[in-house]
Amino acid sequence: MTTTVVEMKNITKKFGKFTANDDISLTLKKGEILALLGENGAGKSTLMGMLSGLLEPTAGQIFIDNKKVIMNSPRDAKALGIGMVHQHFMLIPAFSVLENIILGDEPNKKGRIDYKKAAQDIERLADKYHLQIDINAKVADITVGMQQRVEIMKALYRNAHVFIFDEPTAALTPQEIGELMKIFRALTDEGNSIIFITHKLKEIKDVAHRCVVIRAGKIIDTVDVDNTAEETMAEMMVGRKIDNSIEKAEITESKLMLEVENVSVEKAGHTAVKNLSLNVKSGEIVGIAGVDGNGQSELIDALTGLRKVKTGSVKINGVDMTNSPTRKITEAHVGYIPEDRQNVGLILPLSIAENLTLKSYYKKPFSKYGFLNHKIINQNGRDLIKAFDIRSQSEKEKVGSLSGGNQQKVIVAREIASNPDILIAANPTRGVDVGAIEYIHEKINEQRNQKKGVLLISFELDEILKLSDRVLVMHAGEIVGEIDPKNTSAEELGLMMAGKKVTNIQK
Amino acid sequence: MSFTTLLMTVFSTTLIYAAPLIFTALGGTFSERSGIVNVGLEGMMVVGAFSSSVFTLSFYNMFGNATTWISLLVGAIFGLIFSILHAVATINLRADHIISGTVLNLMAPALCVFLTRVLYNQKGQTPIIKQGLGTYTFPVLSKIPIIGKALFTQTSLIAYFAILLGIVSWYFLYRTNIGLRLRSVGENPVAADTLGINVYKYRYLGVLMSGFLGGFGGAVMAQSITLNFSASTISGQGFMALAAMIFGKWNPLGATGAALFFGLAQSLPIVGGYIPFLAHVNSFWFQAAPYIITIVVLVIFFGKAVAPAADGVNYIKNK
Repeated sequence: MTTTVVEMKNITKKFGKFTANDDISLTLKKGEILALLGENGAGKSTLMGMLSGLLEPTAGQIFIDNKKVIMNSPRDAKALGIGMVHQHFMLIPAFSVLENIILGDEPNKKGRIDYKKAAQDIERLADKYHLQIDINAKVADITVGMQQRVEIMKALYRNAHVFIFDEPTAALTPQEIGELMKIFRALTDEGNSIIFITHKLKEIKDVAHRCVVIRAGKIIDTVDVDNTAEETMAEMMVGRKIDNSIEKAEITESKLMLEVENVSVEKAGHTAVKNLSLNVKSGEIVGIAGVDGNGQSELIDALTGLRKVKTGSVKINGVDMTNSPTRKITEAHVGYIPEDRQNVGLILPLSIAENLTLKSYYKKPFSKYGFLNHKIINQNGRDLIKAFDIRSQSEKEKVGSLSGGNQQKVIVAREIASNPDILIAANPTRGVDVGAIEYIHEKINEQRNQKKGVLLISFELDEILKLSDRVLVMHAGEIVGEIDPKNTSAEELGLMMAGKKVTNIQK
Repeated sequence: MSFTTLLMTVFSTTLIYAAPLIFTALGGTFSERSGIVNVGLEGMMVVGAFSSSVFTLSFYNMFGNATTWISLLVGAIFGLIFSILHAVATINLRADHIISGTVLNLMAPALCVFLTRVLYNQKGQTPIIKQGLGTYTFPVLSKIPIIGKALFTQTSLIAYFAILLGIVSWYFLYRTNIGLRLRSVGENPVAADTLGINVYKYRYLGVLMSGFLGGFGGAVMAQSITLNFSASTISGQGFMALAAMIFGKWNPLGATGAALFFGLAQSLPIVGGYIPFLAHVNSFWFQAAPYIITIVVLVIFFGKAVAPAADGVNYIKNK
C-alpha cells in the first residue's frame, strides 16, 4: 500500500457563482478502499464526476499513476483505467447482461459482434473475481444486486484498476450489501483501488481503510477508519453533535387505531400478501421488517387504497374501510409517507407549496368554489418550510430541484401537518443523509408520543429496532413472528427475515 | 380464372403493394430504434414519390430503361435530405417528435404539389410515367410446379429485394456493433453516453436511414403503382408502414411480415372481384379494408407492443 494511483490536487469546481468543491486534495493508494463521506449536496458526486471525466475542474490538477492527466469525457477516464459505478445504474433493461457489458467496446470480426469471444472474456473475469452473473439473462429480469455486479463487470471488462462507487448500497438488501463488501475485498486483493461514496458509517467501518469527510464542498478531515469512532465521523460530516437516542413517552391508555384482519392481496396473478392480520394501537410504533419483495409494498398499497384487498378487512379507528377510495382513507386521518417519493409522494415539476397541499388543495381555505387561493397555499408552504426545516430557496421552488433528504422532508411535513391519527411510513429515510434521518426519526417518534398510531415499514434493521415498540417480521407475504426490539439484535432479525422460524432464534 | 392464376394474382398484387410499405416500415424501425419517433414517414414517402417521378419524366431520354431504377435512388436521396429537418428539430432543437413529424406530413404534400404546378403547367399532377417497374419473372424458379407460377411469375422484383433488405436489416440491428449501439441510444441514451457512444451521431443515423428508406418506399409507390405524382399518390401508406412497424414490434423481420400483411389488405380492392366467394361483396368494403385493418391492428396491438424505452425521449447532455 505505498504506490499512489490517484492524486487530486487543490481541486476547485464552480457552477456559476456556486462553489461545489473548494480546494480539495486527496490521494488513493494501490489496494486501498477510500471512503468519501458527506451529506447529500456536500460535493462528493461533483468531485467524483471530475475523476470520471464527466465534469471538468475549474482549477486544480489530477494525477493518475503519477502522471498529470486532463480528461474531457468518460471515455478518457476509462482509457486511464477508471471505472465508475453510478448510483442509478447505467444499464439497458431490454438488453442482455452480455450486451450491456460489451456495449461501446464490442469485440468484432468485420463489423459483426464476436459474442463468443466476449462471453469467454467475461466468464474469465467472473471466475477471477467470483462475480456471479448470468450473461444471457435480460437485465430487466435480474435482481438489483446482480445489476450492480454487471456494472462492476463493465468496469472490469474495460480494464479498470480504480473503481468509483457512488452510494452503492442505497438500493441493496442487507444480504446483498454483505456480498458487495466481499466483492470490494476481492477487487482490492487483486491490486485494484476503490473510492466509495456513502453516508453510511457502518459500511465505512466495515471495509474502508481511510475516510475523507467532506462538508459544504470542503475537506474537513481525512481519518484512519480503524482509529476513529463512528460518532466522530458522523459529527465531522454534519458539523454538530448527532443525537441518536429517541425519547419514548410512557403511554398509559391506548385504543386500537388500525385493525387488519386476514387480508390477502394479489399482484399480477400471485398472492403477495397471505391472510395477514395485524393491529396498531395509539401511542405505539409497529415496525414491519423484511427483505424487499416479501409483500410489504402490496400490503401498504392495500392499506392506502392503491391496491385491492382480495379477502379480509381493514378497520381504521373502528370503521371498516376495506377497499375504500384513497381520498376516503386520507380523510379518515391516515397519513402516508410512501416508499417511492419521486413517483408516488411528490409531483416533481410542481412547487414545494403546491406539493404541500396535494392532499388538501380542494378544501377551504386553499380553494373556494373550485378556485385555488395561491396566497394561502404559499403562506402554508412558507410556514411548513420553516417548521420542518426544508432547505430551499423559496416555497415556489420546484420540488424536483431539492435534494433527496429535503424532498423527503416535504412529504413528512405534508403528512404530519395534516394531523393524522395513523401514520404509515414506508422506508422513510431511504437515501437520506444522517442529519435528515435524525430529524425524520424524531418527527415520527413525536407522532407516537402524541398518541398516534404508527406503522413503519423499513429495510433498514437499525431504523426498525430503534423506533419500533413492536416488530413484526414479514416473509413471503406472511407475518412470521413478532419480536421485542429491546432484546433482539440486528443479526437475529436478519435471520428471521430470511424466513427462519422465531422459536429457533429467540432466546 | 384457374386457381394457380388466382394465386399468382393475389401474391403478385400483395407483393407490389407491400414493397413500398416494407421499405418505409424498415426506415421507421431504424429511426425509432434510435429513439426518434417518426410519424413523418408519410411526408418522406411523398417527397420520394415526387422526386422520383420528376426524375423519370425528365431523364428518361438520357438513361433509357434504367431510369426507373435510378429514380428510386433519387427518391431515397431526397427523402434523406427531407428527413434532416426532422433530425435537426428533434435531436438538436429537442422538439416534440410527434409535432415535428406532423410538420413534415403537412409540409411535404403542400410543397410537392406546389412544385408540380410550377413544373407542369399549373397542373396538379405530373404526366404518366412511360416506363414503370413492371413485373418480373424469375428465370429458373418460375419453372417449379404451382409455386413457380404463384410466387415467381410476373411478380414484383423490388418486393423480393425489400424482403431481403428486411433480413439484412435484422442482421444489422442485432448482430453488428453499429446496430447494437443504435439500439442502445434508443433504450437508454444516458447509459450509452457514459460508455462513450455518441448519442447524437447514432440518432442522426437512425433518422437519416428512415428518410432514405421512406423516400425509397415513396418512389417505389410512384414507379410501380400510381405511375405519376399527385396529391393522392401517397394516401396513408406512411401511416400503414408506421402501423406495420408497431405490429412488427419494432423488429425488422416483424415489420416486414406486417407490411406484407398490409400489402395483402391493400391488394383486396384489386383482387377481391376475382375471388369467387367474395365477388358479390360491395367494392366499398374492399376499398376501406386496408384502413380498417390498420386501425384494428393498431388498437389491438399498440397497448401490448413494447417500444424502445427511450423512444421519443430527447437527450440533453450536460457538462
